[in-house]
Amino acid sequence: MSSRTLPLLFINLGGEMLYILDQRLRAQNIPADKAKKVMNDIITTMFNKKFLEELFKPQELYSKKALRTVFDRLAHASIMRLNQASMDKLYDLMTMAFKYQVLLCPRPKDILLVSFNHMDAIKDFVKDTPSILSQVDETYRQLIEMYTPLSSGEFQLIRQTLLIFFQDMHIRVSIFLKDKVQNSNGRFVLPTSGPVPHGTQVPGLIRMFSCTGEEVTRLQFNNGGNYTAAIREGSFEIFGDRVTKLGTNMYSVSRPVETHMSGTSKNSAQHAKVSAAPNPLAKEELNLLAKLMGGLEVQKPGNADSGFRVNLFATDEEEEEALISRPDELSYGVINIQATKDQQVNAELAKIMGEFTESGDQSPSASSKGDDLLAMMDGL
Amino acid sequence: MYHKEKSIQIKNSASALYNNLGVLRIAPRRLTYFTVVHANVVNMVSASWDGLNYSHRQLQSKEPNVATSTSLIMQAAFCALPSRDLLVVTSQKGIQIYESDGSIMVYWHALDTPETPTAQAVFARGISAVRENYICVGISSGAILVFDVPSKGSNITLSEVLEEHKESITDMAAECSGSQECIADLVSADDGGNLCVWKSGEEFQLLNNIPGFDMSCSSVKLWKGTVVAGYGTGQIRLYEAVTGILHAEVKAHARWIYSLDIAPFSGLLLSAAEDSLVRVWHLSMTPETNSVEVTALKTQYKTFLTVDSFPQVLLT
Repeated sequence: MSSRTLPLLFINLGGEMLYILDQRLRAQNIPADKAKKVMNDIITTMFNKKFLEELFKPQELYSKKALRTVFDRLAHASIMRLNQASMDKLYDLMTMAFKYQVLLCPRPKDILLVSFNHMDAIKDFVKDTPSILSQVDETYRQLIEMYTPLSSGEFQLIRQTLLIFFQDMHIRVSIFLKDKVQNSNGRFVLPTSGPVPHGTQVPGLIRMFSCTGEEVTRLQFNNGGNYTAAIREGSFEIFGDRVTKLGTNMYSVSRPVETHMSGTSKNSAQHAKVSAAPNPLAKEELNLLAKLMGGLEVQKPGNADSGFRVNLFATDEEEEEALISRPDELSYGVINIQATKDQQVNAELAKIMGEFTESGDQSPSASSKGDDLLAMMDGL
Repeated sequence: MYHKEKSIQIKNSASALYNNLGVLRIAPRRLTYFTVVHANVVNMVSASWDGLNYSHRQLQSKEPNVATSTSLIMQAAFCALPSRDLLVVTSQKGIQIYESDGSIMVYWHALDTPETPTAQAVFARGISAVRENYICVGISSGAILVFDVPSKGSNITLSEVLEEHKESITDMAAECSGSQECIADLVSADDGGNLCVWKSGEEFQLLNNIPGFDMSCSSVKLWKGTVVAGYGTGQIRLYEAVTGILHAEVKAHARWIYSLDIAPFSGLLLSAAEDSLVRVWHLSMTPETNSVEVTALKTQYKTFLTVDSFPQVLLT
């Protein structure tokens, strides 16, 4: 559908990922310098020039598998390591949060404001590092250049493309359940109260006109909700009040983030396997991924002691249990790219995979020394 | 007035697309066909009127000569012509026309898709049967393809390309009142809210171009010479098709309207929007004053709208 969806998808998911990781690092009192290094490394990688160039090209959305692979790589762009179960959980939270934001946007154009909220927060994370800051600023300009001229219909097409991408994902997030914005069946609640979107008027009026254009009758009706007039529009510039809270950081030390895996399998009958393609990655996606990897700076942890593992669960046992009990239909099927060597693999990709394997092998031993494992879940 | 009938469960969820529910009543067989698009699949249900038999089928968007990536379906709609009923499915790659039960594909039209994707998306959207033998389909460029359909067989031909709209077509509708007196046969709407009114024929004639107000018109109907248009702002507007005179403006919904439907004999209008509500209106024409009245009917159904399902309401 829309060929301009990928940058928004990537930036917003990346933003959510950073919120979650930042909260974890702070909640566990990780030394400030280490935490900052993790955040900076990930943000630098996210906003790598070549990477973004590729991202902003007109293209269809990646498959779910390909996108998950990109975020796997991104999450490992620093000295931090995540096990499969924690990465799964992180990705669940990221995607459900953005799905919620896309859905609840009053107007399709507000997705851009949500993106700016994420960008504003990212900018704040790196405000002390001028080199990364300039990369972020450049991205603002690209977003503004690409998206502000679009019409309402084109934004709605982007939104529809995103909703189809997120279709049938109903993982329950405890923060959403608590706030009653998500039902126990995993569906989000669409409110019938609150301010109407900018540009819309409160429903309830029928006006009828004569042939000369004079209003002849006014009829009012009960709009069945509790709507109020629209509030001011958010800013679409590099700086400004975005007005909407969607896309701002909803996590804090006191707001735990859990995903409920049990119970979601009851809804599995509804999960349609739309992309049951025989090849895990189409050839085009492999090439794309290769270009992206080419742009990603490979992290070589120089000092084995500085690496550490982040756990999104309270204990290692819980993490292991989560991995075993994860329902099949919710498996992201992260590509082991080496397994697809029998396909026509792009040479660059193969080279890069070699580099990754090298650094990847060091992590299990690195984590057992030096820093403690981070126990993740907030104790609430 | 509408009353709720037995619900029908579709095989999977409905995608977030305009006008995503196709309905075809087949009186001689006491059956109704329904279609709902889910990503690259059309879910079809054939439901018997006595509510006892349901049969499901799925159509995949498998375009011929397209080996790899499947494209997403934008819309599936039934076209009821006097001689035959057909099912038209539009996607990012082209237009497929099937027999109404989805059993056989009778025609395939490929869109000009560029080798590398361009910033402007390419797709077909907006489907309508017109008069005796035409099926019209809109394109993302704003063009409208007019297909000439024989009473039998697959010899469907592209008869004309109408180039009036500058923005992507969103929806199209033919005059549905059954009246032979109406001059206007077809109305087309686009992402800028512009409405074009046409008279069909060997060469379609543009009768009027009603400018929009920079807001997408996502759903449109044509009834007794009146255009009924639903917009992204949640407004519904009624225009006299041939003159463009605004009859009425309704602040109908708090969110984007996704679908409109008219029951032609009773003048009942249904509107469904992202605010999760379906509203029922009554339209009445006063020929003497050439005006149309709109009243909101008291009953409004809160649908079972969940995030992944747009209107799934049965009409009687």
